[in-house]
This record gives sequence, structure tokens and C-alpha cells, in this order.
Amino acid sequence: MAINNKEVTTTEEQAKVRQKTRQILKRFGRKQGNLVPILQKVQGKLGYLPREAMLEIAKFLSIPGIDVYSVITFYNQFRLNPPGKHSIRVCLGTACHMKGGYITLDAWKRRLGIDRGETTPDREFDLDSVACVGCCVMAPVTVVDAKPQGKVEPTKVDGLLLAFEIEREKKS
Amino acid sequence: MKTISLTIDGKRISANEGEKLLWVALGNGIYIPNLCGLQDNSQPPAACRLCFVEVEGKEKPVTACTETVTDGMVIDTRGGKALRLARTAFELLMSSQQVDCAHCAKNGSCELQQIAHHLNIKLKSNRFRRILRELPIDDSSSVFTYDPNKCVLCGRCVWVCRERLGIGAIGFAYRGFQRVVTTFAGEAFADSKCQECGECVRVCPCGALVFKNDKTEEEQT
Repeated sequence: MAINNKEVTTTEEQAKVRQKTRQILKRFGRKQGNLVPILQKVQGKLGYLPREAMLEIAKFLSIPGIDVYSVITFYNQFRLNPPGKHSIRVCLGTACHMKGGYITLDAWKRRLGIDRGETTPDREFDLDSVACVGCCVMAPVTVVDAKPQGKVEPTKVDGLLLAFEIEREKKS
Repeated sequence: MKTISLTIDGKRISANEGEKLLWVALGNGIYIPNLCGLQDNSQPPAACRLCFVEVEGKEKPVTACTETVTDGMVIDTRGGKALRLARTAFELLMSSQQVDCAHCAKNGSCELQQIAHHLNIKLKSNRFRRILRELPIDDSSSVFTYDPNKCVLCGRCVWVCRERLGIGAIGFAYRGFQRVVTTFAGEAFADSKCQECGECVRVCPCGALVFKNDKTEEEQT
């Protein structure tokens, strides 16, 4: 679950990230205790925490870059990769685990070719796990674009992906 | 500084006031297992839970690295309660540890081997389920090799890189079982701000950080 190397960021994009991050940093004091609120604000604006943003924040607070990376990877709420157009959240709560949620997760991983916490190179999908979404009757659950889908076994994974593909073809 | 006297395992020892018990014992040839502490770190993390000793008058065992010596203290480093705690901590630690001494560069000078010997237990215990981490080895540095599968997360290297040298090239990332010592953004050492001084390798207790060959080690020291 490292930084997604497949992610293509141009120098132009990088400069934009730096500029946006600096804008946000203006509203904060330079004390280390501000790290988490800064990260939340930057992620709120950019959707994730790119490398350039991490470096800007580290410089601003006069701490090594690794400290920023350390905090980001510690908390689930922070993401290192850009969000995809569609979000896939596989439930690994107790009920879903018993119903084979990890097999569902493996199916998603295989079909999308990415690991947990990553985004597909075309930025269509991002994959992650959640711990219980509160509809255990439907286990194993996958939340697709904020909508919980029940009984998501590997065949249904294919079905859901097919639905997206058809939708995309219709549009183009 | 005031000199005080204490007894460790029946041996009378004099020490300076304010010193930590662990370093007093080690300085006097009495071994207490330890991984996370470094003598110049005034705020020991006390995370490895291996340096438990029993102090007369105290009901529970204490960690020697955080215990300040006092005059007339009587310490037993081989007390049953203390050793039981240390053994369990060590077995838990080793349950996610790759044990491959025959092919390891630290074989013979490894602190894990020393600790296992001291606690009279095996490196590979079957008391806990073994789960290995299977992380990639970083071979990119010209000076050392980093194998995170052998890392015990003691944090000595992190502390040395940051506090003693002021570089801050490495630190901890992720949480729980995924926790790992790594560089910024998890990049290879060769691409990171690591200056290849090798200080981290020198404090590493086990085979996680090793010099690429013995010659390099001689050159460095």
C-alpha cells in the first residue's frame, strides 16, 4: 500500500498542488500540533494528499517529511492516492468477514488490478475496505459510490463492473 | 553528582544519582535484555518490554530503562515474575519475525540470539501463531541492505537518524501489524534523503539493517 506509482502527475499538476497547499497553509500557525487539521483541510481541497503537498506541509512546520507521511499512514481518514470517479468500499466487519468479505475484496483487487488504498491508473475506481456499514443482513457488503450493495460475491463484482462499463459506453 | 550504592543480583554497585537502572547494570557487566533503548536517549520509549526486573519493596516488575536508581535499591534481574513478562514479550515479538540465522549476516552478533539465550527460550516459539509480513527488501543503498521482515520495530535507527544526527530520513509508518520503519513516501533508500552514514546499521540489534559486506563495515568503523 505504497504511493500509487501508476499515478501520472505532470509538473504542471505538481505546481498546482504546491500552490493550493500554500494557500491553505496561510491560515495556519507553524506549530506542529496543527499537522492533522492542516492535512484534513488539504485533503478536503485536493481529495487526497499528494507527495508535493506532504513536502510543503513538512517545510511549513519544520519537520522531516517522514513525520507527515507517518501521520498520514497512521490514520484511515487520509489517502495517498487521488480518489477515483467511483469509490469501492468493501466491508470487512464481523458479519461480512464470516460471509467471505475478504474473498470479495480479493475479487475486486483482481478485477481492478489494484490493492487496498489504491486508485486505478485511469482514475475510474478507488478501492478500500471499511469496518461495518451497519447492514449486516446483506453481508457480504460492498459500498459502491456511497450505495451499499448486498451479497456481493465475486460474480456480483463482475456484474457491478459490467454495469459501469455499459454506462460508460452509453455516454461515449 | 552524588554517588549512590545499590545491589543488583547480590552484587554491590555504585552509580551516579539520576542514572537509569538498565545502563547501570549493563555498565557493570550484568546483562538485562533490551531492544528499544539507547543510553543517550533521555526519554526511553520503553516499548520492547524486555528489560523487566524486580525491585525489592515493589510488588510489580519494572522496566529497567525507565527506573531511576536510588540509594540502597535491591534488584533481582532473574526474578520469576520479571522473566515471565520478558519471555512473553519476546515470544510475541518473534511470532512475526523471520528466523533464518544460517543465512543472516548478523548470525553470532545478533541481539535477538543473545536475548533468547539469556531468557533460555527458542527464537522460534510455537506458543503463538506465526504470521510473517512478507515485505520487499530494499537493496538500493550502496552501503547497507534493509530487510523489513527482520525488523523488530525497536526504533533505535529512527531515533539515531533524527535525534543524534538530525537527518530524519527514516521513521515509522502505518499502524498495527502493517507498522514498518520506512523512508518518506516509502521510497527506496537510494532515492530518499538518507546520507548513507550507516549509523542506523550500527545500532540495529538484528538482521534488518546490515552492511553490504564486511569490508564496508571495517571502512566505516
